[in-house]
Amino acid sequence: MDKEVVERVKNDPNFKRLVSERSKFAWRLTIAILVVYFTFILTIAFSPGSLGAPMSEDTVTSIGIPVGIAIIIFAFILTGIYVRRANSEFDDLTAKIKENVRGR
Amino acid sequence: MMSRIFMFLGLSSAMLFAAGALEGEVEQQALNISAIVMFLLFVGGTLGITYWAAKRTKTAKDFYTAGGGITGFQNGMAIAGDYMSAASFLGISGLVYLKGYDGLIYSIGFLVGWPIILFLIAEQLRNLGKYTFADVASYRLRQTPIRILAASGSIATVILYLIAQMVGSGKLIQLLFGLQYEIAVVLVGVLMILYVTFGGMLATTWVQIIKAFLLLSGATFMAIAVMAHYDFSFGALFATATEMKGIEIMSPGGLVSDPISAISLAVALMFGTAGLPHILMRFFTVGDAKEARKSVFYATGFIGYFYILTFIIGFGAIVMVFKNPEYLDLAKQAIDGGSPILGGNNMAAIHLSHAVGGDLFLGFISAVAFATILAVVSGLTLAGASAISHDLYASVIMKGKADGMKEMRISKIATVVLGIIAIIMGIMFEKQNIAFVVGLAFAIAASANFPILFLSMYWKKLTTRGAVIGGSLGLATAVILVILGPIVWVDILGNAEAIFPYKYPALFSVTVAFAGIWFFSITDKSDDAKREQEAYEAQFIRSQTGIGAEGAVDH
Repeated sequence: MDKEVVERVKNDPNFKRLVSERSKFAWRLTIAILVVYFTFILTIAFSPGSLGAPMSEDTVTSIGIPVGIAIIIFAFILTGIYVRRANSEFDDLTAKIKENVRGR
Repeated sequence: MMSRIFMFLGLSSAMLFAAGALEGEVEQQALNISAIVMFLLFVGGTLGITYWAAKRTKTAKDFYTAGGGITGFQNGMAIAGDYMSAASFLGISGLVYLKGYDGLIYSIGFLVGWPIILFLIAEQLRNLGKYTFADVASYRLRQTPIRILAASGSIATVILYLIAQMVGSGKLIQLLFGLQYEIAVVLVGVLMILYVTFGGMLATTWVQIIKAFLLLSGATFMAIAVMAHYDFSFGALFATATEMKGIEIMSPGGLVSDPISAISLAVALMFGTAGLPHILMRFFTVGDAKEARKSVFYATGFIGYFYILTFIIGFGAIVMVFKNPEYLDLAKQAIDGGSPILGGNNMAAIHLSHAVGGDLFLGFISAVAFATILAVVSGLTLAGASAISHDLYASVIMKGKADGMKEMRISKIATVVLGIIAIIMGIMFEKQNIAFVVGLAFAIAASANFPILFLSMYWKKLTTRGAVIGGSLGLATAVILVILGPIVWVDILGNAEAIFPYKYPALFSVTVAFAGIWFFSITDKSDDAKREQEAYEAQFIRSQTGIGAEGAVDH
């Protein structure tokens, strides 16, 4: 990549927007999954009984089972949320940045 | 789209169910024959695909990346296929069968790495790399040392993984098909060499997609059959299961006992996934960053769905296989007591397939398990061969001036050599305790491959010196701590007490890697270091936008 392209992209307001928006979004989602997962794993480590408690009096199904399934679904939904925004908004911005480079 | 897939899966399961119902008249010994016939059909079909793929594999790019023409959906299925190895199908359902809830904890750990790969790595990897993840790590650093380190990390991960797969396959096939262990291992090795050398990534990807589809269909059928017994009520299934095995299977058991082990396991699973060479390589088979993202979305969906199925299958095995005289290992019971099942706990899913679908369905699941091993070893071998031909031969020895055809030839030779190594290792390790190998593979991936890859993308100040020293320290720490830990030091070497008390070293070895890379980068004041840091800007622009990326159209 030559210097001129680098300069052009670097000073493109769309590029700045893309980088700041995307990294903010990506890190937020990363933190969301990490918080959920580590809360889960540390609950198991410190207080396994709380996940093993039955959901109600007339069942043996423990709270941990819907919680576990919910984490799996949560992970999938988060990827969906990211892909949806990245494949529209972020890709549009990227297309504009590329146009700007081409139009030099 | 997802609902269409699930409908499709549901439909094919219904067809299987119909086929399973026919099997009432088939005699008991038809078991092996139906398994072998179905397996031969799979092999015939996949060799056909290999022939088709071979005609389309003309250049190095075709060989390594299937020409870059795989769609996000196909790649998602292939990634899920790489991840749904026989070890995870039989191992996790076996763990659920044995310990109930702990199996779910394990699955969740394997899954949560995927969103992080998507958010932080997938598209950047696609934008920067060509064939291997070392392309990305060495993008602005000195080629020779970084490629050697990255290739060592890749080859070590691949060989460890291959050992686990080969030994598992030998035993499984011995048990299911009545073939001799050595013959089974050689058969897997030879078929894998055929797929990879002739069909390259295109054949490897399609074998993986077909297998993923068969495995998901089979597992869906088993889960539905189990749930149908309980009128689709989880409460009723769990109630019966706890009557048989006790209420403790409903709560976390001994898998993660203390916070350090818990966090260390989590780190190994999350970062290890993001450092597995055969998985990272799949991101180069798609056309652009958009498809790379979609791949992870689909892969996460398939893998998550699969883990929910294995959970149901494990509980299904508790209620239908446990204490069922048909699957009881009488010889073992006479010695150890209890109710051991034939072939051990990891056979729980296999016995369940017989309990719900009879001999014909048992044959199908056995054939799928065999196919799974074949597909996974093919992907692994291709990744290992690429590290040898692309990173070591083309970049280190030929300094990037290798002829594409020659490079591809080296890659094929490397495939044959790796295949032979896998066969030899498989036979050598038959009677060994190999419980540590997959853990070690993940530890190395998390402590050597991942930190270098991640920091090369996100940290401007990374230098060659920092990456090489820090990455090597991470690799060495992982290997040493596994050897000194309870699995190798106590269980295998027979010492009384482990020097390093934790089973999973990743928390420590990953920290060592990051700290080492950081320290030896910031103290690096050489001219090379300065140049490498200055080159970050251009790399960052390409990683963010894909301008100048392989296969991208931007002119």
